[in-house]
Amino acid sequence: MNSPIIHLGPLQLAIAAALVVALAVLTWYMRLAVSGRILIAAIRTVIQLLLLGLVLKYLFASSHPALIALIALVMLLVAGREVMARQHRPFRGWWGYGLGATSMFLSSFVIMLFALNFIIVPTPWYQPQYAIPLLGMMLGNTMSGVALTLDHLTQTAWRSRAVIEARLMLGEDWRSAMSELIRDSVRTGLIPIINAMAAAGVVSIPGMMTGQVLAGNNPMTAASYQMLIMFMIASGTGFAAVLASWLGARGLFDERQRLRLERLRPPVK
Amino acid sequence: MPELILQELCVAHVGPVNLQVRAGEVVCISGQSGAGKSLLLRAIADIIPHTGILMLDSQAASSMSAPLWRRQVGLLPAENQWWHDHVQEHFVQRDTAMLNALGFNDATWQWQLAHCSTGEKQRLALLRLLSNQPRCLLLDEPTASLDPDSTVRVEAILKDYIQQQHTPVIWVSHALDQIKRVASRHFVLRDGGLEPS
Repeated sequence: MNSPIIHLGPLQLAIAAALVVALAVLTWYMRLAVSGRILIAAIRTVIQLLLLGLVLKYLFASSHPALIALIALVMLLVAGREVMARQHRPFRGWWGYGLGATSMFLSSFVIMLFALNFIIVPTPWYQPQYAIPLLGMMLGNTMSGVALTLDHLTQTAWRSRAVIEARLMLGEDWRSAMSELIRDSVRTGLIPIINAMAAAGVVSIPGMMTGQVLAGNNPMTAASYQMLIMFMIASGTGFAAVLASWLGARGLFDERQRLRLERLRPPVK
Repeated sequence: MPELILQELCVAHVGPVNLQVRAGEVVCISGQSGAGKSLLLRAIADIIPHTGILMLDSQAASSMSAPLWRRQVGLLPAENQWWHDHVQEHFVQRDTAMLNALGFNDATWQWQLAHCSTGEKQRLALLRLLSNQPRCLLLDEPTASLDPDSTVRVEAILKDYIQQQHTPVIWVSHALDQIKRVASRHFVLRDGGLEPS
């Protein structure tokens, strides 16, 4: 009873794109100063997804492990840059970049490798139809979680300088002086994925499941994959948030446990 | 007998400062705002980067962990900070005798800080510092926000503590009458250096 998937041609996509153009016109008329950004973002979506389609098509045909590793690396590096860009006061220097990238690498990559080798087990385990979409979904969500965590951590530390230093003066070590702040930052980073898990299937039908159902797959298979993905994303985001908050908090102190807020970049106006 | 020694201490525009504070001695420092008095105290507590040598009781700050050093050289900042809701959550040891001497009673432990006055918070901050049993005291205008009654109480508490523990003290104050009452020596911080007054 599986009907073949309905092909989307340029005309169908153009009609959908016309809706975004209509939105841009409306926001321009309302002087919201976002119409340009809406159009640029929409154009980026078109270019990036077309490129992704081409790359995946080529990748699925070749399945060369080095090529897959290269794509994965590029995805990680872009995610690291995105984490830095979403912070109000990121760390100066390479650590501003490396902090997010390291946390995401250590959680998303490890969990993806684990899932490919012990849960899904495609042959070969690095088969790109599985590896690349999994990594994409993991990184996309982990990225938001890490960015929220680090943004909360650095902003709150900036505002709480006097309290943190008062605690240091009383002889607390940096872990103790930062404990509430670290906890709050991790919680902030985890809220989106907790909400997503709680609402999954009732309020929202997650993207991956939608895709599989549209492609004519058995809804139960789609649900199983969605669960797997949700669990991977939740654990990946959680571990990355814990790691990022800890590394970030440590990075705010020097070897004599002095709070060094000048290590944060001033916000870009 | 603990003795506090600063050798060639430099921080930002302050220094080099050389100072020896004997056990039980109170060295008062005054100076215009912006002269670097708080900066100097913060450097001694190793809260901010500095150069030079800090020693307490012949032990260099660099020879021990920063938290241990800071517990020994208790710094009372000019503006007190609180991070939990209730008074008692900020205390590891509760010294009710000293609490009473500062004009409070047992119920004070359960007080909410949001309901405390500026002066009450200032006295509680002193109590919190002293309950750490510091071996040296760095006081940044400890009575600045207090009424005359509370000022007398605080000075008495500090005097007792200093006599019993033989703590060396650096006391930043603007009030000349207070300096006359408490100081063994008095310096003015001017152009980054300590000048005898």
